[in-house]
Amino acid sequence: MRRYAADVAVLARKDLTLELRARDTLPAMLLFVVSTLVVFHFALPKDSSDLAAKGLLWVAIVFTALVGLTRAFVAEREQGLIDGLLLAPCDRSAIWLAKSASVLAFLGLAELVALPAYAAFFSGIGWSTILAVLLADIGMVTVGTLLAAVAAVSRTRELILPLLFLPLAIPVVIGGVGASVVDDSGRYLGFLCLYDAVFAIISWASFEYVVTE
Amino acid sequence: MTASIALIFFYAPVDADGLNQKIFYFHVPIALTSYACFGWGAVKAFQHLWKRRPGADLESYVAIHQGVIFGALTLVTGSIWARVRWGHWWTWGDEQLVLFLVLFLFYCAYFMLRYSVDPGPQRANLCAVYALFGVVLIPISFLAIRLANSYIHPTVFTSDGPQMATSQLATFCVAWAAILSLAYFLYRFELAGKRLDADLKELRELLA
Repeated sequence: MRRYAADVAVLARKDLTLELRARDTLPAMLLFVVSTLVVFHFALPKDSSDLAAKGLLWVAIVFTALVGLTRAFVAEREQGLIDGLLLAPCDRSAIWLAKSASVLAFLGLAELVALPAYAAFFSGIGWSTILAVLLADIGMVTVGTLLAAVAAVSRTRELILPLLFLPLAIPVVIGGVGASVVDDSGRYLGFLCLYDAVFAIISWASFEYVVTE
Repeated sequence: MTASIALIFFYAPVDADGLNQKIFYFHVPIALTSYACFGWGAVKAFQHLWKRRPGADLESYVAIHQGVIFGALTLVTGSIWARVRWGHWWTWGDEQLVLFLVLFLFYCAYFMLRYSVDPGPQRANLCAVYALFGVVLIPISFLAIRLANSYIHPTVFTSDGPQMATSQLATFCVAWAAILSLAYFLYRFELAGKRLDADLKELRELLA
């Protein structure tokens, strides 16, 4: 168990170091989410309600996650890194967990900018929204990392990831929007927890099959 | 099949909706059959991953293919029904219909995935994992859509409409059996075709 945790920590640190050196993903996500919010400002007619803007916040979050996930396995694929990782004497699911953790870190940082920006551009957000964003991030990242590994194998790569990811993200959007617009958000937060747990388990169990033959 | 059609049109009582209601005997069995196909596809996918049973991958694919065909039919019959019943081709209030739209999108992506990976053991694995995700997505989406209805539509949908009369129930069961056997027949048929294709290809490679 401790060995597993150590493996995950090493692998996640590798991703973070790579990002620190290359600075590919995080600036792209930051810029993307802020420009999306600006686009949304102009997409909304003048007197539209705050509720509509809340919905658009969730659209921005889902697409930002998608931007991060698209980049998740680029190094593994282009530099042939995945073969090296598979040869390493660690459990395969540790690769998935470490990758999820690093993407989650990027997404969290992007949202640290996005949520205040949203509050400044549109309207204030409550604690239930922040909690929902956190839970939704975990759900999207666990499912998305697995799907990114799937997409990395296919020929169409960046094209296919949104197609695979968006239908699975619909329940997350429902839970998130519900938690942000309804007064008693407990049910929606509970639903997001359920989603996270179910898909984390199934992704954890099936990652090995995705990367091996 | 014939028996079911005969029962639908001559035996089952015409209810308040008039003849329109007859589409119920097509729409609901088709939807249930489609679930059955997706479920069967996931069972086969699981067999592939767990027991490495050769051929399970192809069977899973064919089952999901049938499921998507019946899913498309569900969407069509559902929107026809919505049109005559509520006057709109599409209603977001109908949970089943929205769920089918989500599943339909999900399983269409399955085909995109399958045709963008070169055939081989890894493709079989990817497809199997994705098929398993699908069968988990069904209850999760159902729950989510039910939750969504409470903030999109304030009214709560709890009742499933009036209880069915015995004659209606009998007709419904026969119709379901008919559609299910149709699906099974199509499944065997497509599977036989695909296997023949694979055999032919192997033969050709041997000869070349």
